[in-house]
Amino acid sequence: MSATATPPPQQSTTAILSGSKGLFGRLSTTANRSFKLLVRSKSGLIGLGILSVFTLIAIIGPWIAPQDPNASTSFSDQILAPPSSEYLLGTDDNGRDVLSQLILGTRISMLVGFAAAIVSAVIGSIVGISAGYFGGWTDRILTAIDDWFLVIPFLPLAIVLATLLGDAANSLPLGRVFILILVIGLTGWAGTSRIIRSQVLSLKQRVFVERARALGSTTPWIIRKQILPNVLPLIFANTVLIIAISILTESTLSFLGLGDPSRASWGQMLNAANDSGAMAQGAWWFFVPPGVCIVLVVIAFTMVGYAIEEIVNPKLRERR
Amino acid sequence: MTATTPATATRATGDVLLNVEGLAVAYRDAAGNEIRLVDDVSFSLRRGEALGLAGESGCGKTTTALSILGLLPTNLYRAAGTITLNSERGIMHIDRRTDRGLRDLRWKNVSIVFQGAMNALDPVMRVSKQIGEALRLHEPGIDDAGVKGRIDELFEYVGINPNRASQYPHEFSGGMRQRVMIALALACGPELIIGDEPTTALDVMMQAQILELLEELRKEFGLAMILITHDLSVLAETCDRVAIMYGGQIAEVGSVDTLYSSPQHPYTHRLLGAFPAVGGPRELAPPIPGVPPDPAALPPGCRFEPRCHKAQDRCAQEQLALAWMDEGHGARCLFAPWPEGELPTIGSPEGAA
Amino acid sequence: MRHVLIKIGIALGTLGFVLVFNFFLFRVAGDPAKDLLRNPRITPEAREALIEERGLNEGLVTQFRIYLVNTLSGELETSYSTNRPVLTEITEALPNTILLVGTATLLSAFIGSWLGVVAASRRGRASDTGITQGSLILYSMPEFWLGMILIWLLAVTLGLFPTGLKVNPGQEFSSVGYVWNVIQHAALPILTLTLGLLGQYVVIMRSALADVLNEDFVTTARAIGLPNYRVLRDHAVRNALLPVVTLVSLNLGFVVSGAITIEALFSWPGIGQLTVDAINTKDLPMLQGIFLFTSAAVIIANLFADILLTYLDPRVRVS
Repeated sequence: MSATATPPPQQSTTAILSGSKGLFGRLSTTANRSFKLLVRSKSGLIGLGILSVFTLIAIIGPWIAPQDPNASTSFSDQILAPPSSEYLLGTDDNGRDVLSQLILGTRISMLVGFAAAIVSAVIGSIVGISAGYFGGWTDRILTAIDDWFLVIPFLPLAIVLATLLGDAANSLPLGRVFILILVIGLTGWAGTSRIIRSQVLSLKQRVFVERARALGSTTPWIIRKQILPNVLPLIFANTVLIIAISILTESTLSFLGLGDPSRASWGQMLNAANDSGAMAQGAWWFFVPPGVCIVLVVIAFTMVGYAIEEIVNPKLRERR
Repeated sequence: MTATTPATATRATGDVLLNVEGLAVAYRDAAGNEIRLVDDVSFSLRRGEALGLAGESGCGKTTTALSILGLLPTNLYRAAGTITLNSERGIMHIDRRTDRGLRDLRWKNVSIVFQGAMNALDPVMRVSKQIGEALRLHEPGIDDAGVKGRIDELFEYVGINPNRASQYPHEFSGGMRQRVMIALALACGPELIIGDEPTTALDVMMQAQILELLEELRKEFGLAMILITHDLSVLAETCDRVAIMYGGQIAEVGSVDTLYSSPQHPYTHRLLGAFPAVGGPRELAPPIPGVPPDPAALPPGCRFEPRCHKAQDRCAQEQLALAWMDEGHGARCLFAPWPEGELPTIGSPEGAA
Repeated sequence: MRHVLIKIGIALGTLGFVLVFNFFLFRVAGDPAKDLLRNPRITPEAREALIEERGLNEGLVTQFRIYLVNTLSGELETSYSTNRPVLTEITEALPNTILLVGTATLLSAFIGSWLGVVAASRRGRASDTGITQGSLILYSMPEFWLGMILIWLLAVTLGLFPTGLKVNPGQEFSSVGYVWNVIQHAALPILTLTLGLLGQYVVIMRSALADVLNEDFVTTARAIGLPNYRVLRDHAVRNALLPVVTLVSLNLGFVVSGAITIEALFSWPGIGQLTVDAINTKDLPMLQGIFLFTSAAVIIANLFADILLTYLDPRVRVS
């Protein structure tokens, strides 16, 4: 297992959950231990702090946003007005409050980031574990597909997919946002699967797996009880970093016009700002804040991700 | 065509070439305290003489050697002591030299052969180019033909086909690579060669060959040598004198014969016992219990005391200086045959040479 | 030599895969016949002709055969919006993109690597921390956002640069005047893209060099008496280049995405601009062509990087 120290017995929820032997239990244990070690890393702590703030905003967003951007009453004739006591961050090209969009956009941006990363993680894990564990032709084919996904540039592929699937989206919940999640998830799994595969390969050779096989354990059992728990920490660390990339990709896709104009996201705001010529009019309050949020969140996820990676892979620690 | 020939046997052997006095190397920990990795190391080396530097891993052998070349890593510094080289080009106070001065004497006066040579040579550079680099650096006037001639010469000395000079390091086997390193080390005609575990990564056959080669070259060119190793049998073969290091200090130093016949420091005693003699009883001596001291948490008295089979209360209380029993044989232990009342505790520097 | 041929073979294979993928992607996710229906610009007769031509009434295999023949002979489809062949559009836009991307890549590679070397050789000190943190921040921001800020500050507020396009529209130029005008327009996009790509070079070079500086041969180089700058230049950096080339070639996708967004922002008439127009008009053939093209470009670039690596690292060469 990854972490070194065992946490002292306690009555926290995670401890109780960790007592359960299932997968969820293992996940909680990993998260719990990681958290404890993470706290010791200064940059990890800062990252965690930033993320907590943004997560909070994402959750309570609709209640603290002064305005609902989709309400018709939000449109005013103060187009691209600078910050004032009424509009703390000024207005956009439709006279709507920028701060509200920023707050509500937190929700969408982070949701897409999380969800897409999970999609990537799931696909990457399945591919990586299968390729690593089964070997042979399965491995060769999956690795070839993986190589291929790594080579082709992700943005043109994402654009193509988003455009093709775009029309189908209107009938789905979350609309185009769902498409974004799907597209980013589908294009981002390749790196993860590669890392997992090599971990599985080294695990496969370890004695306890061979023993299990000799004893006649079935494959699903081995994967569930022996491979998966040892791979989870790695998946966890990697996914955090993928979230950062996914958020950036969402902003890019939205900026290019593939997002959902009816739902505020940071990328969507940048798209609107560009289309309405906010730069030329010096309306900095419209395009600077969304970008700042993106940078903060991405840096935060990156710092946390690196910190977790160092926990999971002690070899990395020495080189700081 | 003035390629400098390596020192020939016309160099008078017998006079002192290298003098190390009270050398201490340290680093500063997070709190700013000075932690010494090497402390009070003194020895001298004559021309043409081979000194073995032995001890467990981490005892400070390599650090001492690197100090002679001024090659300490950036977090280490020389905390005390002097290093003097009586070279043919004049007396060199290595401890006082600037960066530039150090670069001047490196390779030309003192060179070093590292262990393993797996990565001691630049993997993307042809071997001839690397040797040529050293040559051109220290002999600015040399031309291509001179370089080639010299490389051919060097390869012949170490027993490699000169045609292989244009190959890359990975194209040589382990033993051959070590020969290349030796050729490189000889290139600028140094007076002193340091071998930092030069045979540790090789198999026994290869080891013997390399040691033999070093011997030949040493005799031919009148080189002085410091051979660092943890393998005492190697020392017995090749060295005239041996210094045993423990915990960053010199525990005992003397001629090979003296040390093997009458070791005075318990550590030396145990080390010698650790190597079964051929033809003797087929048993391994019991390993020395315990671990070497942590430089950041040194024992108050003798550093070997926690593991010493002869230790007494006094040993844990008093620090010791390296004291000399007779010409060339010194030890850092209370149980050596000191004259009555002349124990070498610090504060009473008895008979220091 | 055989080594190189194998790599070329793999590259061609990957390209082939891209072709197949491209075909199925568009056939499966959309129905070309229906799409043609939706496009108001095509007359019913032209539509019939197209259906005939592309075998859209017949089986998938026939369609694929026709597609393959067309693509390999360079005859990609026709853009929905401009009604010109996709290939023509791409080749016209290509030089502009090369100007932008090529310059930015060279600049970011050199400056980034140099900064990485500085950071690695001053490990742990203020300059290292500053460079590393700065790169992290650059790496974490959307490059087009950086562009927006630069436009606002440098082009609009200070008036130093134009805000977009390649040349002033509707103006007559002498050849020198033209070049100068292009330079003025290209400066800001190039600056933005360079900054956007800089981060990865710094980080990769720094980490690679830090690893190399711990190797024995660096100590040997110092022991020989070489001054520090020569140890770095002749030994350390040369070895650090190997992982840099490898890692950067893996990230070529970012160069493409950067090009697309920057061109979109600055209305720079390159392939990125074509992409954005195609998105807005749902011009599927154009998107298809761009996907094909950029994939091929990245595959070829990867091939070059691979071959470059063989040249740089003698251990990889097969004698």
